[in-house]
Amino acid sequence: MESNQYDVIVIGAGPAGLTAGIYSSRAKIKTLIIDTGTIGGQMILTFEIANYPGVESTTGYQLAKTMKNQAKSFGCDILSNVRLTDVEFDGKIKSVTINEKDKYTAKAIIWATGGRSRMLNVPGEKKFKGRGISYCATCDGDFFQDKEIVVIGGGNSALEEAVALTKYASKVTIIHEFDHFQAFEHAVLEAKKNPKISFIMESHVQEFTGNTSLEKVRIKNLKTSKITEMSIDGAFIFVGYEANNDFLKDKEIKLNDWNEVVVNSNYQTSVEGVFAAGDALAKRYRQITTAVADGTIAALNAIEYINRK
Amino acid sequence: MLQTNLKHVESEAQYSEILQNNENVIICCGRMGPMCVPVYDAMEDLEKEYTNVKFYDMEFDIPDAHVIRNLPECRGFMGLPFTVYYKNGKVVTATTSIQNYEQIKEILEREF
Repeated sequence: MESNQYDVIVIGAGPAGLTAGIYSSRAKIKTLIIDTGTIGGQMILTFEIANYPGVESTTGYQLAKTMKNQAKSFGCDILSNVRLTDVEFDGKIKSVTINEKDKYTAKAIIWATGGRSRMLNVPGEKKFKGRGISYCATCDGDFFQDKEIVVIGGGNSALEEAVALTKYASKVTIIHEFDHFQAFEHAVLEAKKNPKISFIMESHVQEFTGNTSLEKVRIKNLKTSKITEMSIDGAFIFVGYEANNDFLKDKEIKLNDWNEVVVNSNYQTSVEGVFAAGDALAKRYRQITTAVADGTIAALNAIEYINRK
Repeated sequence: MLQTNLKHVESEAQYSEILQNNENVIICCGRMGPMCVPVYDAMEDLEKEYTNVKFYDMEFDIPDAHVIRNLPECRGFMGLPFTVYYKNGKVVTATTSIQNYEQIKEILEREF
């Protein structure tokens, strides 16, 4: 077998992709995992993981490293920080091209590209990233000691991180677009009883402004259309996640309205021999445990598919 | 010490020596946090490709890291890691917060 020919290529090296790689390579299926970023996916963006069964409190970095080592120990090849430049999923032999020149072929594909934090996509957001705007409270919270900050979002991350940030900030204002929160009740109660936290509901952030660092946020009340400007030192954005499926737009794989991959009960996409797993899927719960389960099922079905051919 | 495969800057004296003896240097100053790890990882890969550049990390919380924390080019930075690029001992670019492989590569291409 030539070096660029595999039985299965897994695209994405988060928990779903690494699990798929562990299962398929352990079954003696020649497997390649490729990732356009760091091995571990969103897992490494998590400081502490305390609810992964069988593993006492660990870091995302450590769990990713263990999964990578497991996959490699079974003979799985892994390439990270590559550029995905082309995919051809039709036909019996699928191909994946990286860095414009390196073409790999396989009998089956497991698409496990995961997701990413959603940006607000408003003026000033990119300019002030790291200069007042952050997406990680545990990473950057201590830069905001005794400062006034806003937290944007209304889900569990937003509410929980807002509470965590009161350890540093003197005042935290949560800005949310609806009149209610999507977060679990206990997270909402925790935030509401915290004296440092106040709320601006039914409002959108329209713009971030400042000189070299973030200084102000422009907020529009969605009910009254009134626009106000608020002086702030920092903004933490937690407005959910989106699937990393941009590459599949205009491709043959069926996506739903939210750009998420639709699969059948065997985790096969609308294209034969192309399976999908993890946060790239249309699904409700996005956890490391669910990604690992998806990766397992997708790999087992891919193995069966390959062995049938 | 940071758990990376990069070489570590552990003191102000070592920092000065590195800048004095090397034309092209990149130092990523951070923690083992979610925004920092992807930068170290990208640097580890890029180190193989850019043999004309010296790649280092430095722990943000050691006292001697003031040499990075207090750089004028890092004023206003409020996101880890601080990644600083030096040419002949002078700062040519500094970035704050997470950067991906392509973003770092683009700076390396441009500056070195």
